[in-house]
Order: sequence, then structure tokens, then C-alpha cells
Amino acid sequence: MNPLTKKSWSPYLVGAGIGVLSWVAFATADRQIGITTAFEYTAALVEEAAAPQLAQNNPYFAEKAKDNKSPKIDWEWMLVVGVFLGAYLSSKLSDDRSPERVPPLWRWRFGDKPAVRYFGAFVGGFIMMLGARIAQGCTSGHAISGVLQLALSSWMFAPLIFAVGIATAFLIYGKEGRSHV
Amino acid sequence: MFDEPLKLGLGLMTGIVFGLLLQKGQVAKFQKILGQFLLKDWTVFKIMATAIVVGTIGVHTLVALGMASLHIQTASVARVLIGGALFGIGMAVFGLCPGTSVAACGEGRRDAMIGVLGMLFGAGTYIALFPKLQPIFKSMSDWGKVTLPQITGTSPWIWVAALAVVIGLALAWLERRHPQPQTNP
Repeated sequence: MNPLTKKSWSPYLVGAGIGVLSWVAFATADRQIGITTAFEYTAALVEEAAAPQLAQNNPYFAEKAKDNKSPKIDWEWMLVVGVFLGAYLSSKLSDDRSPERVPPLWRWRFGDKPAVRYFGAFVGGFIMMLGARIAQGCTSGHAISGVLQLALSSWMFAPLIFAVGIATAFLIYGKEGRSHV
Repeated sequence: MFDEPLKLGLGLMTGIVFGLLLQKGQVAKFQKILGQFLLKDWTVFKIMATAIVVGTIGVHTLVALGMASLHIQTASVARVLIGGALFGIGMAVFGLCPGTSVAACGEGRRDAMIGVLGMLFGAGTYIALFPKLQPIFKSMSDWGKVTLPQITGTSPWIWVAALAVVIGLALAWLERRHPQPQTNP
């Protein structure tokens, strides 16, 4: 059977695949796999274009230029586009596409109105990305790529996000929530 | 404004494989992420831990051969603590992390698309707030771009070997306690 038409692969196979992919990223582009810098750069390019006056007074841009990391459409930006395409292809090939708008656990806790879930997703995504840019990394950039490089910052970040995520999840859904995932 | 085309192409190819792996790993799903945070479904941990062990061996080999260099972030206490706390709260509410949210958009999930829109606003807010954030970052310690082998004065290979053993044992134990549920093929 074609593995691409299977809905799910062993987590160990997937994990090993991501590990090997990190070698490829280092070997071919001398980059680490990360996602959120691309979001930062997108927002920065928009601000430069839409409000050049504001951008000129923001030390962010000078700081970036100093590090020779001025916002641009780069390797990582295209990686994010690729993640979208790869997941699209994978889900099409395995027919793993659901029209469901409200996940079961969320529905159990907050009801089945899509608008409420959309609001939660927007606010959650907003806070998460603000945090990712403050910490300069996410689950990919810090918790996988940074941890495997043995970076001190990432070894602080990874346990912290898991602890806070677990605490938040239990605060929102409680122990009963476990029977809905 | 743009990297050279070869780099852009390499990024795209790397991303396609990454997106495929996240989708096949079934982690581009709210239920899986929350299942992990509620300590019921350990798929996310299994994937990340395996990726770390496999990745650390190869990347340190490449660095030792002079074929790549490390790319790490500065250990700024304020950045990591404030950012990490916000990140954990946001991820638990959204139910996806940045990479898996983009993959979930690829799966066609509407709530993930709205969340990614929120993420773009979050990134914009970081830049807008940067002048106010910078003094806060500078008010606390920053240990710089350092690795654990550097601060302890040890060989990275000790860490790589220890990581492989500890994670290997942890995963073996975990798989006995929480065997991977069989999803329909």
C-alpha cells in the first residue's frame, strides 16, 4: 500500500523523519527548521510598506539591520509555504480532511457555535505568536531545533511551554476534559 | 527583499516534507495537542523526542565536520520567561502550535485559518510594541547565545549520548504505559 495514502504514520517514524529533515536543513541551507520568524518578517514588511514613518522610528528595524537580519522573503518563509502545501497534499492523498469547524473537546466545553471557536483560535494564535517572537522561537525553532542544538535558551523554553500549556489546559477543561480527547 | 532562488527552493522543499510529516503524524489537530496537554495522548511528545535524538546526532556530526554551524537564540531571561509563558497559554487556547497550525490550514481546517490570522496580528503587535519591550528585555540577565556544553565546559558528544539514552529509555517506558492508539489506516 502506498504510504502516502495512509492517514497516519508511527510517531517514531515521523519523529525520525523530522530529525533527518533537520540534518538536511543544516546541510543544504545552513539553517534550522523554524516557523515564526517568517511571520515576524511578514508583519515587518507590511509595516515598512504601510507605515514607513512609523517603521523608521522603530528601533526594531535598526536592530535587525545591525544583525544583518533585515526582514525579507527567505528560506524560512518558503518553508512555511511548503508546510501548507505538504499538509494539503498529504491530507488529499489520504482523504484526511474534515469539514468539522469545532473540535469535540472545545464543543464539550464551549458549545458548538463556530464563532466562539474562531474567537478562541484568533486570541490563542495572537497570544502564542506574540510569545514566540518575544522568546525568539516556537515548538519547532526552540523546542525541537534549539533543544537538539543544546541551546541554553531552548532548554529553558521547552519545559516552560509544556508546563504552562498543561496548566492552562487543565484550568480550562479540568480532569473531565480528558475523556473528550 | 528576497533570498536567492536556490535557497527559496530548498526552503520550499524542506517545508513540503515537514508539512507532510506533521500531517501524517496526526499532530496538526486540536484534539492531539490538547490530548498531550491533558496528559492523555502522548503522540506530540513521542514525535518531538524522537526528532530531537535523531536530529542532535546528525547536526552535531555536520558541525564537527565543518559542514554546518549552530544557529541558536540568546538566553535572555526576560525573553524566555515572558515569551514562553504567553506561548504556552496561547497554544493551549488555540490548540495548535505555529508549525501545526499552518499544516492544519493545509488540511482545510477553518478554525486554524482564523488562528493563523491571529498569529499574523500577534507578530505585528510584537514589532509595534518592540520599543516598549526592549527596555524590559535589557532589564534582566542575558546569558547570550550559549549551549549547555559551553556553560559546563563539557564535550557536546556527552550530551548527545546522554540525550539518546535518556530519551530512548523514556520512550520505551512511555510506549508500555501509553501504547500508540491505532487509528484507522
